[in-house]
Amino acid sequence: MNPNSVTGIVPALHRTPLFAAGDLIRVAARFPIGHYRVPNYVRGKMGTIEQVIEPRAVNNEEEGFGRNAGSSRHYYRIAIPLTSLWPDYAGPTQDGLRIEVFETWLEGA
Amino acid sequence: MHPHEHEHADQSQSGESPGYYEIMETAVRELLIERRLIDAGEIRRQIEVLDSRTPALGAKVVARAWVDPAFRGRLLADGRAACEELGISFYDDTRLIVLENTDAVHNLIVCTLCSCYPRPVLGLPPDWYKLKPYRARAVREPRAVLAEFGTVIPDNIEIRVSDSTAQVRYLVLPKRPEDTEALDETQLAALVTRDAMIGVVPVTL
Repeated sequence: MNPNSVTGIVPALHRTPLFAAGDLIRVAARFPIGHYRVPNYVRGKMGTIEQVIEPRAVNNEEEGFGRNAGSSRHYYRIAIPLTSLWPDYAGPTQDGLRIEVFETWLEGA
Repeated sequence: MHPHEHEHADQSQSGESPGYYEIMETAVRELLIERRLIDAGEIRRQIEVLDSRTPALGAKVVARAWVDPAFRGRLLADGRAACEELGISFYDDTRLIVLENTDAVHNLIVCTLCSCYPRPVLGLPPDWYKLKPYRARAVREPRAVLAEFGTVIPDNIEIRVSDSTAQVRYLVLPKRPEDTEALDETQLAALVTRDAMIGVVPVTL
């Protein structure tokens, strides 16, 4: 950190990422009706944050209904082993999925 | 334009009468024009924007990365900014992550929800990319899908499938083929195919 930085500044909620690279997460197992960008096959699955995607983005679930102000958060590129997604996956255990998931769908694991 | 393109590739374009989605598209377009939310000129302009994008742009990016290590570094750090450096503009709010194939990792891209694709640098996706068999199987059995393209990946190489679902697009940076030291950047670009930048085949001489 810059030694000249001031201290004691409190960032506003959701402006800074909740998760960091390396964090273990679970994709929420929710099944609401509507427009969502989280494919069913990853819901409820455990994964690892590989990268925080900058800059923040408008919450697509709000935007899908015409509400697109004041609700931006981060997307995360997460890694999930294919053997976790598919118990009968026949390939090598190191094969994996990468997918970007919006912060509201992630839970610390 | 909304970053998430909605295409319905399952609908046949070849029948005499328009299909369900074609009729819906026409109805929505006519309503938008009637209500003066957009005009016909804007639609025509966006079609021109899309028509100006072809896999030749992506090939140029790949060849530059092969011959210029500093550019390769910038491309892997921020795909969009590096493409813009070459004059390839982005017409929406999507980001671009460039995925480098190495001796240890082979990357494959898919959009399981619809047909998200790095259109600013590759143009329109091939039909098979938009169809359900590829979309479902790429994340379920990528090695079998690759084998059907003639690409057999040894078990000691990790397969990494990137599912493009929201605001990020992906471009695969294929491995430079051996014995191409004598080729210049233009000759290298001519070797790079669309399918290699999706990750279903390697670049070959």
